[in-house]
Amino acid sequence: MKDDNVIICRCSDVTLKDIRDLIDQGYNTFDEIKRITRIGMGACQGKTCTQLVLREIATRTGKPIESLKPQTSRPTAVGVKLGVIAKGDCDDEK
Amino acid sequence: MKNRADYVIIGGGVSGCSIAYNLAKNGAKNIVVIEKKYICGGSTGACGAGVRMQWGTEMNCKLSKFSIDYYENAAQALDYADGIEFKQKGYLLIAATNSEFDQFKKNVVVQKACGIPSRIVSKEEAKELAPHLNTDMIVGGAFCEKDGFLNPFKTTDAFYRAAKRLGVEFYPYTQVTGITVENGRIKGVDTTQGYIECPVVVNCAGGFSADIAKMAGVTIPVKRERHQILVTEPVTPVQPAMIMGFKLNIYIQQSLHGSFIMGRNNLNEATDGRVTSTWQFLDEMSKTVDTLLPLISKLRVIRQWAGLYAMTPNRQPIYDKAQEVEGMYLACGFSGHGFMFGPVTGVAMADMILGLTPTIDVAPLGLSQFSDKSTLVIEPAVV
Ligand SMILES: Cc1cc2nc3c(=O)[nH]c(=O)nc-3n(C[C@H](O)[C@H](O)[C@H](O)COP(=O)(O)OP(=O)(O)OC[C@H]3O[C@@H](n4cnc5c(N)ncnc54)[C@H](O)[C@@H]3O)c2cc1C
Repeated sequence: MKDDNVIICRCSDVTLKDIRDLIDQGYNTFDEIKRITRIGMGACQGKTCTQLVLREIATRTGKPIESLKPQTSRPTAVGVKLGVIAKGDCDDEK
Repeated sequence: MKNRADYVIIGGGVSGCSIAYNLAKNGAKNIVVIEKKYICGGSTGACGAGVRMQWGTEMNCKLSKFSIDYYENAAQALDYADGIEFKQKGYLLIAATNSEFDQFKKNVVVQKACGIPSRIVSKEEAKELAPHLNTDMIVGGAFCEKDGFLNPFKTTDAFYRAAKRLGVEFYPYTQVTGITVENGRIKGVDTTQGYIECPVVVNCAGGFSADIAKMAGVTIPVKRERHQILVTEPVTPVQPAMIMGFKLNIYIQQSLHGSFIMGRNNLNEATDGRVTSTWQFLDEMSKTVDTLLPLISKLRVIRQWAGLYAMTPNRQPIYDKAQEVEGMYLACGFSGHGFMFGPVTGVAMADMILGLTPTIDVAPLGLSQFSDKSTLVIEPAVV
């Protein structure tokens, strides 16, 4: 499969080719790639794409994957409606 | 890393990248930018991305007008194929009280004199501009259709790439740890990657600019404050303009991508440089939205984060050189609106450093603006 047909980030529609091009231009941390492509900024907050991106950085730069940092984990852990927080309610939507 | 440079710029935010680009564009050589994180890793990468000309002081109006005019053509000027996603759908400022409304009226007079196309709007007009706004909470507002927002990452990347093409060297993940001064002159900069000898340092270290100044024995009246912000899931466009209220303590915009980005201030925010998130912010923000913009409270928050404001006593920036030592230039204290000043910061500082005829007069923004408290011009319009 061609790498421009492989979607790495489904929230922000980023392909493997986008990632590879940026790494080759020197954007070789998750945070830098995130800021240019919006990867990891969507509803899943990087839960799907982070490992894929880090693996790609490791392979292309030769850096061990353990040395690479994901983005900072921030609240909220899952999406919560503003109104639910405001009223101290329970999000009862099934 | 180089061990000698003509200009060392400390800070790789929009200010540092724009200054580097403008210095190089004017023919300066041997320019390096030192950034302890990555380009855009400071406040610029955490900001609300809004740009507006609706200010209360003449200088803030002039700086923002200059910058917004530039941003209209920045992608071409900087040869940035991706575009910087500039959306000019206006800022709707909302007044919660008559005294706030009176302040808006005064501000519009200042803005008009600077050629800014802003106007006062009634409650009813505000409702037309933002049908989902609970106008029971406001008495009126002000609007400027040329205000808007743009992508801060791409904007900074555009300056960064243009500077790089002109020969500027960038050292990310490199921290300045000390500054050497000899006989009252800057001699060089210590970094985590080695020493660089240089006669000129440009301090645009955002929330850390007072610490950088101190390394050279310079005191500047800049205090940092954490400011928090959050983003929701993306939805179809419903709100073209940024909505902002000072008394109501909120700014909220729908990004091009569809998500809502919003923030507010808190007088008891942390000042130690931390950018962690608190539940208190989430609680206050959601309550404000729930009453003011009930429709938006149906959206899910997906992330909250924080950055630093670098505050000055009058909420205007400092463009100057330090008094105590020769060779330190200051572009800091943006007081929560330095992203929108990116273009003018670069032009004004390059002119000053290179001794060129000023493109725009920023003399009122020198350190002397703070020397007499009784004549201090204070910007009223800050969230
Ligand atoms: C929540 C929030 C919302 C905001 N909203 C807006 C808005 O809507 N519109 C607007 O115009 N402005 C806004 N701002 C303000 C804006 O972000 C800043 O004024 C602007 O980004 C300042 O840019 P800068 O380049 O001067 O600073 P920064 O972007 O902070 O850059 C300074 C850099 O210096 C680096 N640095 C610090 N110390 C050292 C050291 N010792 N060695 C090497 N590097 C160092 C930092 O890592 C940082 O990257 C907002 C700010 C926040 C926090």
